[in-house]
Amino acid sequence: MTELLKVVGLTREYPGVRANDDVSFSIGTGEVHALLGENGAGKSTLVKMIYGLEKPDAGVMELRGGSYAPQNPQAARAAGVAMVFQHFSLFEALNVAENVALGMENPPKMRELAKSIREVSENYGLPLDPDRIVGDLSAGERQRVEIIRCLLQDPKLLIMDEPTSVLTPQEVEILFKTLRKLQAEGTSILYISHKLEEIRALCDEATILRLGKVVGTCDPKATTAREMAEMMVGQTLHVPTREGGSTGAVLLEVNGLTFAPATPFGTRLKDVSLTLRAGEILGIGGVAGNGQDELLSVLSGEARTEKHSVTFMGENIGHTGPNARRRIGILAAPEERLGHAAAPNMSLTENAALTATIRKKLTKNNFLNWKKTEAFAEEVIEAFDVRTPGPGSAARSLSGGNLQKFVIGREVLQDPKVLVVNQPTWGVDASAAAAIRQALLDLAAKGAGVLVISQDLDELMEISDHFAALNEGTLTAPRVAKGLTVDEIGLMMGGAHDMEVAQ
Amino acid sequence: MIKFVKRPEPSKAWTLATPILAVIITMILGGLLFAAMGKDPVAAIRTIFWDPLFNAQFASYSRPQLLVKAAPLILIAIGLSLGFKAGIWNIGAEGQYIIGAITGASVGLALYPLDAWWIFPLMVIAGALGGFLWAMIPALLKTKFNTNEILVSLMLVYVAEQILASAALGFLRNPEGNGFPGSRNMSQIPAMSNPELITGTGAHWGVVAALASVVGAYVLINKHMLGFQIRLTGESPRAARFAGVKDKLLVVFCLGSAGALAGLAGLFEVTGPAGQISIDFGAGYGFTAIIVAFLGRLHPVGILLAGLLLALTFIGGELAQFMLGLPSSAIQVFQGMFLMILLAMDIVVNYRVIIVKKEAA
Repeated sequence: MTELLKVVGLTREYPGVRANDDVSFSIGTGEVHALLGENGAGKSTLVKMIYGLEKPDAGVMELRGGSYAPQNPQAARAAGVAMVFQHFSLFEALNVAENVALGMENPPKMRELAKSIREVSENYGLPLDPDRIVGDLSAGERQRVEIIRCLLQDPKLLIMDEPTSVLTPQEVEILFKTLRKLQAEGTSILYISHKLEEIRALCDEATILRLGKVVGTCDPKATTAREMAEMMVGQTLHVPTREGGSTGAVLLEVNGLTFAPATPFGTRLKDVSLTLRAGEILGIGGVAGNGQDELLSVLSGEARTEKHSVTFMGENIGHTGPNARRRIGILAAPEERLGHAAAPNMSLTENAALTATIRKKLTKNNFLNWKKTEAFAEEVIEAFDVRTPGPGSAARSLSGGNLQKFVIGREVLQDPKVLVVNQPTWGVDASAAAAIRQALLDLAAKGAGVLVISQDLDELMEISDHFAALNEGTLTAPRVAKGLTVDEIGLMMGGAHDMEVAQ
Repeated sequence: MIKFVKRPEPSKAWTLATPILAVIITMILGGLLFAAMGKDPVAAIRTIFWDPLFNAQFASYSRPQLLVKAAPLILIAIGLSLGFKAGIWNIGAEGQYIIGAITGASVGLALYPLDAWWIFPLMVIAGALGGFLWAMIPALLKTKFNTNEILVSLMLVYVAEQILASAALGFLRNPEGNGFPGSRNMSQIPAMSNPELITGTGAHWGVVAALASVVGAYVLINKHMLGFQIRLTGESPRAARFAGVKDKLLVVFCLGSAGALAGLAGLFEVTGPAGQISIDFGAGYGFTAIIVAFLGRLHPVGILLAGLLLALTFIGGELAQFMLGLPSSAIQVFQGMFLMILLAMDIVVNYRVIIVKKEAA
C-alpha cells in the first residue's frame, strides 16, 4: 500500500493549550484510518490543519510524496482532500442540487449537476433526489448531500468528522457500505470517532490521540475495544480519593426520566434515574453528545418534564422553570459559556443579573438594583480571580477560562442547595481548574449536592463520591467512585454492548 | 487592502460620532446629487435642513410641523423598539395606528353630540386598546401556532386599510357631510379635539405622550427586570431561556405595547392634525417609524432625536419640492441615502478598519 498522506511533527498551540503536540502519522492509499480520542484530545485541530482551515505552528505534511501545506480549504480540495463536517453547512430553503452547487468552485449547469448527483448517489448506494428541498431531509439525508458534494470532486482523501453521531443504525449501515466501496476504489478515508465498535468494524489502522499527543497506533481489527479505550483514556487516572456513600439527606431525584429534545441534533434521554444527596458530588462521565446538554436542561428547568420525573426534597419540580428552581436552591452552569451561561455582548454586571436576581435579591418591585448587582459581580470577580478590567466589561471580551470562572463563581456564591455544572473546567488553565474544583468540593462540604457533568475523567475521579456515565442518553447506575478501575470506567462509558464484541 | 477586525466591545465614541458623520456625508453626497440635477446644492441642503426651522418667511409655519410630524413617529418607534430589541419583528404598526384611530374615533363619535370632559380621555383609552388588540392577533398566532409575526402583522396593515376605507365611507361617515367620505371633523368638536397646547409649537397631547413614552421606555429598558429580559432575549435567546425568561409572555408584551402606542399615535393624529377619519388617513407613519427606531439605534433618546431628524427631512423635503422644484423622487432618494449611510456607518462601531499592505504570498 503506497503512502498518500504523511504528517510529521505537527504542532498547533492556542493560548493556554497545546492542541496538537508533535503529531505524526500516515495514511496509505485506499486505507481507512481512524483518528481516535476523547473530546479535547486534538482530533479536530489536526484535521482542520489537514483541510487548510488552520495552519500548523510546526511540522510538515506530505501528500503523495510532495510537500503539502494548504493555505485554505479551496487549496486542500484542489489537492484532492475533502471533508464532511459533523455539523452541516446547508441552506434549508434550497434544494439538494443548489446546495451542492454552492459548495463548488465551478459548478456545472444545474441540469448536468442534477444528473451527476443522481449518478453518484446511485453508484455509492446513497439514494438522494437532487430536486428535494434540504429542509425536508432527515439528518442522515443531509449528511448524504455533504458526502456527495465531496464525492463529486473525486477526492483522494475523504475526512469524516464524527459522521455517525447524527445517524440511525440503519443509516450507519448504508454509510459504511459507501465508505467500503470508496475504499475499494482507492480513496483513503480519515475517520474521526470515539465510537470504538464502529472503528473496529471499518478501519484498517487507528491513531490514538490524548491531550494533543499521539499515544499509540493499532490495528483496530486486532485490538479489543477495551485496549483502545485504555489508550484513549490513558493510564494516568487519578485514584479516586473521596469516600463514597455519604449519609446526607436525599436532595434531588430523577425518576425514570425519558426526554426527547426539540432539536434534531439532540440526544434522547432514556429512562434516566439518579439520586443526589446533601454533601455528595456525583460525577457524570461520558463522551460529549451522549445527552449531557439534555440532562443539564431538565435539571436546570430550561426543559420541562413530567412533574414527578424530577423531585427536590420530595417535592415534584419537573414542570417548574429555571427561576422557580433557583428560588428553592437548584442552580446550574451550562457548558456553553457564550450564548447560554452568559450573553456575549452584555457586561459582567448584566450577566450577574442573568441568574442571580432571585437568590441575591437584586430586584425590588421588579426594578433592578444595579449597584447591588455590580457589587455582586465584583464579589464574583474577586473571589474567583476573574481577570478583567472590571464588571463593566462585555462577557465576550473575557478569555474562555476567565468567563468560566465567572460563570461558576456566579452560581457558587449564590449558596446553592444543589449545583449542576457541565464541563466546569473546560478550557481553563490548571490553577484555575484546581480552584474551581476546590470550590465545588467546599460547596459539597457545606452540605450542598453537586452534580458534575464532565468529559475530563481525571477531574471526575478527583472530586466525585459517586460516578455514573451517560451513553447514548442512558445513564449507568451510579457507583462509588473510590476503587473504580480504568477498565470499569471504560466499560461504563462505552456501554457494555460496545465491549462484548471485543472479547 | 482594507481589513475589518471585530472589536471586543462596540466603540462608544463611534456610536456617538457616526450619526453626525452620516449627516455630513449625506449632505455632501446629496449636494452632489442635487448639483447633478442642475440645482444649487448649497441652497438645496439649506432648504432641507435649515429653512424649516430658521427661515424668516416659512419657519413660523413649518416649525410647529416638526413636532406634529415627529410625535407619532417617536411614539410608534418607541413601541417598536422594545420588540426589535428582543428580536420580535412587528412590521404592522401602520395597521395598529389605523385601528387605534378608528376605535378611538368610534367611541367619541358614538357619544356625539354629548359634551363632557371625560370623552377625550375615554377615546385615548379606546385608541390604545384598539391598537393593542390589533397587535394581539399576530402575538397570539405566534405564541399559539408559531406563525411568523412579520408576515401576519404586515398583512394586517392591508386589512386595517380596508377597515379604514369602510369606516370613512360607511359606519363613521359624517351624516351631515353631504355624502362626502370621511367622518365628522373631531378637531372642531371640543369634547373630542386634541388641540395645540402651546400656541406656535405644534405640541398637542401626542407630543406629551411621545415624551412620556421616551422616558418610560428608558426606565423600562435600563432599570426594570422586564427591560432587562427584553435585551437579554435579543442578545441571546438561549441565555434568556436559561435566565427563566418566559418568551411567550415577552412576545405578547412587546407586540401589545407597540400596538397600544401605535394606537395612541393614531388617536392623537385623528383628533388633532388630521381631524377626521378619511380614506387616506394612513400616511405611512407606522412604516417610517421602523426606520426611526433603527436610526435611533433602538435607544429611547436616540429615537427621540431620530424622529425629530426624520421629521425635519420630511418637512425640508416638502419645502425643497415647493421652493426649488426638486422632484419628490429626488427627495426620497436623498432620504434613503441618508438611512443607508447611517446604517452602513455601523461597521466602524463594531469593527476596527485597518488598511494593510497586501501580503506577499
